Amino acid sequence: MKAKITITPKKAVLDPQGKAVLNALEHLGYDGVGDVRVGKYLELDVASDSPEFRRTLDEACHRFLSNPVIEDYHVEFE
Amino acid sequence: MVEPEITPELVESHGLTDDEYQRIQKLLGRSPNYTELGVFSVMWSEHCSYKNTRPLLKQFPTQGPGVLVGAGEENAGILDIGDGLAIAFKIESHNHPSAVEPFQGATTGVGGILRDIFTMGARPICAANSLRFGSLESAEVRRLFKGVVAGIGHYGNCFGVPTVAGEVAFDPSYEGNPLVNAFALGVLRHEQIARGAAKGVGNPVFYVGPATGRDGLAGAAFASQDLTEESAEQQRGAVQVGDPFMEKLLLEACLELLATGAVAGIQDMGAAGLTCSTCETAARGGTGIEIELNRVPQRSPGMSPYEIMLSESQERMLIIVHRGREDEVKRIFDKWDLPWAEVGFVTDSGRMVVRHEGRVVVDLPARELADEAPIYQRESRRPAYLDETESLTLDSLSLAADPGEVLPRLLAWPTIASKNWVYRQYDYTVRNGTALFPGSDAAVLRVKEDSLPGLVEGEAYDGSFPEKYLAISLDCNAVYVYLDPYEGGKLAVAEAARNLACSGAIPLGATDNLNYGNPHDPELFWQLKESVRGVAEACAFFQAPVTGGNVSLYNQNPGGAIDPTPVIGLVGQIEDEDAITSQWFKEEGDVILLLGNPVDQKDPLLGLGGSAYLQVIEGLKSGRPPRVCLEEEKQIADALRGWIGSGVVKSAHDCSEGGLAVALSEACFSEDHARQTPRFRGAQVALDPVAGVDAGAMLFGESQGRIIVTVERAFLPKVLGQAEILGVPLKEIGSVGGETLTIEYGEASYTWDLRSLHEAWWTSIERRLE
Amino acid sequence: MRFSVLQFPGANSDQDCLHAVRVLGHEARYLWHKESEIGGTDAVLVPGGFSYGDYLRAGAIARFSPIMQALVRFANEGGLVLGICNGFQILCEAGLLPGALIRNRELHFRCEHVFLKIANPETPFTRVAPDSGVIRVPIAHGEGCYFADQETLSRLTESRRILWQYCDQEGTPSEDANPNGSVQNIAGVCNEKGNVAGLMPHPERACEPVIGSAEGASVLESMIQTLSERGQH
Repeated sequence: MKAKITITPKKAVLDPQGKAVLNALEHLGYDGVGDVRVGKYLELDVASDSPEFRRTLDEACHRFLSNPVIEDYHVEFE
Repeated sequence: MVEPEITPELVESHGLTDDEYQRIQKLLGRSPNYTELGVFSVMWSEHCSYKNTRPLLKQFPTQGPGVLVGAGEENAGILDIGDGLAIAFKIESHNHPSAVEPFQGATTGVGGILRDIFTMGARPICAANSLRFGSLESAEVRRLFKGVVAGIGHYGNCFGVPTVAGEVAFDPSYEGNPLVNAFALGVLRHEQIARGAAKGVGNPVFYVGPATGRDGLAGAAFASQDLTEESAEQQRGAVQVGDPFMEKLLLEACLELLATGAVAGIQDMGAAGLTCSTCETAARGGTGIEIELNRVPQRSPGMSPYEIMLSESQERMLIIVHRGREDEVKRIFDKWDLPWAEVGFVTDSGRMVVRHEGRVVVDLPARELADEAPIYQRESRRPAYLDETESLTLDSLSLAADPGEVLPRLLAWPTIASKNWVYRQYDYTVRNGTALFPGSDAAVLRVKEDSLPGLVEGEAYDGSFPEKYLAISLDCNAVYVYLDPYEGGKLAVAEAARNLACSGAIPLGATDNLNYGNPHDPELFWQLKESVRGVAEACAFFQAPVTGGNVSLYNQNPGGAIDPTPVIGLVGQIEDEDAITSQWFKEEGDVILLLGNPVDQKDPLLGLGGSAYLQVIEGLKSGRPPRVCLEEEKQIADALRGWIGSGVVKSAHDCSEGGLAVALSEACFSEDHARQTPRFRGAQVALDPVAGVDAGAMLFGESQGRIIVTVERAFLPKVLGQAEILGVPLKEIGSVGGETLTIEYGEASYTWDLRSLHEAWWTSIERRLE
Repeated sequence: MRFSVLQFPGANSDQDCLHAVRVLGHEARYLWHKESEIGGTDAVLVPGGFSYGDYLRAGAIARFSPIMQALVRFANEGGLVLGICNGFQILCEAGLLPGALIRNRELHFRCEHVFLKIANPETPFTRVAPDSGVIRVPIAHGEGCYFADQETLSRLTESRRILWQYCDQEGTPSEDANPNGSVQNIAGVCNEKGNVAGLMPHPERACEPVIGSAEGASVLESMIQTLSERGQH
């Protein structure tokens, strides 16, 4: 199975890349977009989604895969 | 696995002609199989074999007292710089891949040239580049331009080599077919020169670097075709991805391994990857080579021998190791966490043999494959357009524009405008060696103890290392070459030599990147032939042997061919630190001198042919370009270096695109002290009227052989006296000072505010990208 | 004094650090990332570059190197540590310094000389500041925009731990002078104890006039003076 991790910049952190993408979208005539945040997406092949493994992965996200000072993360198993 | 049958269509799709295929059959005494056909197609492409240009390239001077490794012998030439030290340098194009995917095309171009340098055993100490794009008015061009610059920056910055010099020009002829020519230079001791030869029968062959994937299949053959919209689309998947981090590890591991003496031969896997490296090392070694593909690390499952042999996955090397010293390879590559595999051995058969799953899939004569590609004498014919361009006369031009308004327009013309938007994306300070940053006539690099490969860790710093200073300039005015290929070829070399002289350097050697259209077109081949003749003549004159380079043909798009663009990379040496000279004015009160004749009166167009003035103001790309007198160029360069050596020269800047007025402006404001802190030094200039030369021609004509020099007033009589003895034209034209640039010419007087001129020049490119 | 320069795969300013220390007449050696002891060293420099390719996040992988555990111990014992550019990012990732470095505001890698205001001239990294309180050194980074939350910033300000700020020639931390969008023009900070500091600009690339500036030497000289007062040599 797969663990899908989405990492996005925290709301309080300026995201210049997101801003640039938003500007470009507007430029290209794609209206109706309010805000853009550009983050990262990681796909991990994993053996289980047991509570124990979820805790392990959560720790990895907190300690290594994201930087809690500037980023939020979200994990989904599929 | 079923391999495709060899049909005429398949042969053609590999870029091989019927004749070439028959030649292969004759050579082998049988038909090649599919993998072998692929191998031939890359080895006999223009990119690898120079089959269309070899006879022309023979004109280049390649010998000289300082040449340690000459052109064509190895991956890059090597020149002596004294005290047992040497430099390896080369320029190479990545035009077609960059047209398809600008970022990755540029990164892998930089990666490839860096590998060419460290394959020679040298540690790269700087990179440079020459770029050409269509007009920035086009959104597609802006995309290509941004992507290429970001790619060059990404690779060089991460690898840790300063990108110190370059040129960028814009012209509609490059629309859809940008030129990306990457240069690199490395330093080594004479005894550290490594060779790309498979020496020593029985020696094991190692593959080092990341696994092979289906990247850039047949890139070399791709580079040797016209670029159509369809091919660009189809080839998108073929562009390789560069990993500068991997290359940095590869560099350190290779240099560490070379220092052990365990290496018998080393060759990078560039174009045609495993194919080129195995057959060229065997050919150079006069040996044979046998490899087993199952041992080659592979990224994708089920790759065929054809795919493995032709893959252009990046950051890989082939290393031939002295038998019995395999453990040293393993130890060092493990230390750097790099994959390695022993994939074969050197034989005495003269053949390149490749096995896959126990079966022989390639069995070809190595030397013939590497060296016996057919050579073509292409037909050439003087292009018809020249009749029209050469007939342009001064009388037919209005020359009505007010010089006061012309100057800011020229300064804002992207080809002339400051390239700070580009070079500020390149780390040009890493390695603590850059003595003259981008933005002057030439970059100047310091060679110090840690520029060398090998370990300096244990050595104490005692200041005893014989530091050296090198100057680098890349130049080509392709419009000149288009309007007169022979003269334009000479002009490119002359400008590079003048730029070196302005920085205080004397030329050591040259590398060239010849970018042209389809050689089957006789008119385009004539451009190639004539300009190579000019380049060769000028290089010989300046005693700058050509130590290597690259040919890129088929630079076409549906709109036609690019302007012929022979980019010259000239490397020179500066005697000592005090002689390093920059282009900007230094101090109020200094005297401004013009070295060289103010205007070439023998030129019926007075230097306006092919000029920026004609292009920008009159909308014409026409006329005969200015003529270059190599003898005079040398005289003024020698005189300038003499004065620089005696310590009297404060600044020196050559006049090129945009002529005298642009050169004076740049000398007034091009010193970039720090972010948002340009240094402004005004100039008050008065030029003597010349009969029949109006202000437009005097200020913006591009007559060659002119350098703006400043000296302290006290030295003026001495310098003028020496000029008279030497017989070089030298004239006081003004002094440094004030807030403005003022040029008086006869009755007329023009004054510009430096800040607004600077603004036009500094922000032009950035403004066009917004 | 004896400096150690950490060497991570992908570091590329390690040579510059070594060279700068030697130019100033002191000893320097490399310390490989797989080592687990700092050994006999007076101060440690964490150099710039792209450690581990800066993949994932700048400095994110390097902080887990064996040598980093040893560095944390060295710092906890009061050893002087300076992180430069990527080294600053690594120290932030490792939690030795507060805040984080994100992508430059303009999204481009930026290389140019900048002016730095010495915001606190009484630290082991800034005490040899010139009278003007301003030094000119190069920057070369793509992810140098300093970020910290409001609370952290207040703490930093109160305890005078903001050491360097981007400024104009006169020493004013103006918006124009800010090359990357850093909050409060912050170019570098130190830890609570004042023995660990990091900055994005490259003082080690500005220690000799021939390469454009010698004004960065004051940073290393500050460390050297501090060490000699501590009686280490």
